[in-house]
Amino acid sequence: MTRALAVALAVLLLLSLATGAAGFGVPDPLVLWQIRLPRTMLAALVGAGLGLSGAVLQGALRNPLADPGLLGIGGCAGLAAVVAFYWGISAAFAPALPLAGLAGAGLGCALLLVMAGRSASGPSLILAGVALAALAAALTALALTLAPNPFALAEATFWLMGGLEDRSLAHLLLAAPPILAGCAVLLKLGGALDALALGEEVAATLGVPVGATLRRAAAGVALAVGTGAAVAGSIGFVGLVVPHLLRPVVGERPAALLLPSALGGAALLLLADLLARLAPLVLPLQQEPRLGVLTALLGAPFLVRIAWRVAP
Amino acid sequence: MIALNAATVALGGRPVLHDIAFAAAPGELVALCGPNGAGKSTLLRALAGLLPGLPRPDPRRLAYLPQDARCAWGLTVAEVAALGRIPHGDRDPAAIAEALATCGLTGLAGARIDRVSGGQAHRAMLARVLATRAGTLILDEPTADLDPSAGHEIMALLRCLAREGRAVVVVLHALDLALRYADRLVVLEAGRIVADAAPLAALPEAARAFGLPFGTDASPRLLPPG
Repeated sequence: MTRALAVALAVLLLLSLATGAAGFGVPDPLVLWQIRLPRTMLAALVGAGLGLSGAVLQGALRNPLADPGLLGIGGCAGLAAVVAFYWGISAAFAPALPLAGLAGAGLGCALLLVMAGRSASGPSLILAGVALAALAAALTALALTLAPNPFALAEATFWLMGGLEDRSLAHLLLAAPPILAGCAVLLKLGGALDALALGEEVAATLGVPVGATLRRAAAGVALAVGTGAAVAGSIGFVGLVVPHLLRPVVGERPAALLLPSALGGAALLLLADLLARLAPLVLPLQQEPRLGVLTALLGAPFLVRIAWRVAP
Repeated sequence: MIALNAATVALGGRPVLHDIAFAAAPGELVALCGPNGAGKSTLLRALAGLLPGLPRPDPRRLAYLPQDARCAWGLTVAEVAALGRIPHGDRDPAAIAEALATCGLTGLAGARIDRVSGGQAHRAMLARVLATRAGTLILDEPTADLDPSAGHEIMALLRCLAREGRAVVVVLHALDLALRYADRLVVLEAGRIVADAAPLAALPEAARAFGLPFGTDASPRLLPPG
């Protein structure tokens, strides 16, 4: 299954490199390096971070509804980015936006761990995450209400909907190391997540450091998803849906889901981004649909199907 | 061998165990009885090193099965048993196969634990405990929610495991099972050990702690077997 996902991902990568506003086919080298490669690689990296984070959070919290958005780390990255728009920093200095997003994600992670308390346990982490998400959403709304001019408001709102157009190699170089580092941290949690399937107490008697595992999961998710939100805005549903799509195929053992979820998340986000680019070529649209909108449109029917199947 | 000496435990500022001296030797099946809230589960959690301030035993030597043990995901029975190998950092197929065979689950190895019967799921959890090959087993009500024959099966199995040289400590509510299978009955009441003797000798104290009539009109459930 992992091999099939890797093949699908490779095909989507090639398709993504061959598709764009200039049409389908082998592009001009300048277009390839400056436009399509950064966009393609960012879609794959951000998607992999989201899919893997979803699988890790669902395993760590033993909750099939856990999702990176739930912990509010993406929300904090969004808030920091909106603040950067608000003060006009992003207009003066282009990398300020992803940097602000990264700082927001890091601060969000630190706040999350403080709020969850020293004895991290699943429910306290979820409660702290929900509180953090609500706080970030409220402050984002406040910043938008107080926007200095309609232009800043439109720019920030647009960015919050998620998208990967006009990202440069600089964005890719800025985002790739933290996302890869986050994924490396998360991929190592497999054995501990398996033990946590039996509950935190049993995991502890099996010699698994439960608090440290949850802290590493939170930090890895902050790196992978927070960085993703910093360069691509808020993209929902990927982290929630991908593990659910894969469970019937690879089984339900949390460790067995990690790598396939990373590959599946990358493939799903590439597919959504490909559709976003194809839409204006096929449909009478002035603009590409936003990526966050597309992932939600693709993800919601999948979730409805899962709910249908799970219902007694 | 597992022991707790003069342990006093308070949870949330409320004392739960008072001055407990408890030990279980290899080869011994010890049943722990007492009314709800007497502190049985707390005593087991203290033995398993799950309470703050108490030493945590080597996870390869002590295996713990909590009350209502559940698996959050639909793992297969074999995958659940394999979790018992985590302390060793391997997936030793011989240990897993042996644990499944001991629990009579070889034919169900590939079945999902959320699709088998309650008794089979219980035995899968026990197989996880056995796969660790620990010398000390700490089990919290492994016979709860089981029909009488499944309860007897589990207790017979535990007695075999004790005979093989393990120290087995098990919380039970069914005094008849304790009488038939245990080597020693420890009665806990309001956080104190009120009896610690051979099952028959400890029975009057156990019956009194449970508030059951004993003596002239002992209920049939309380009569020793045979």
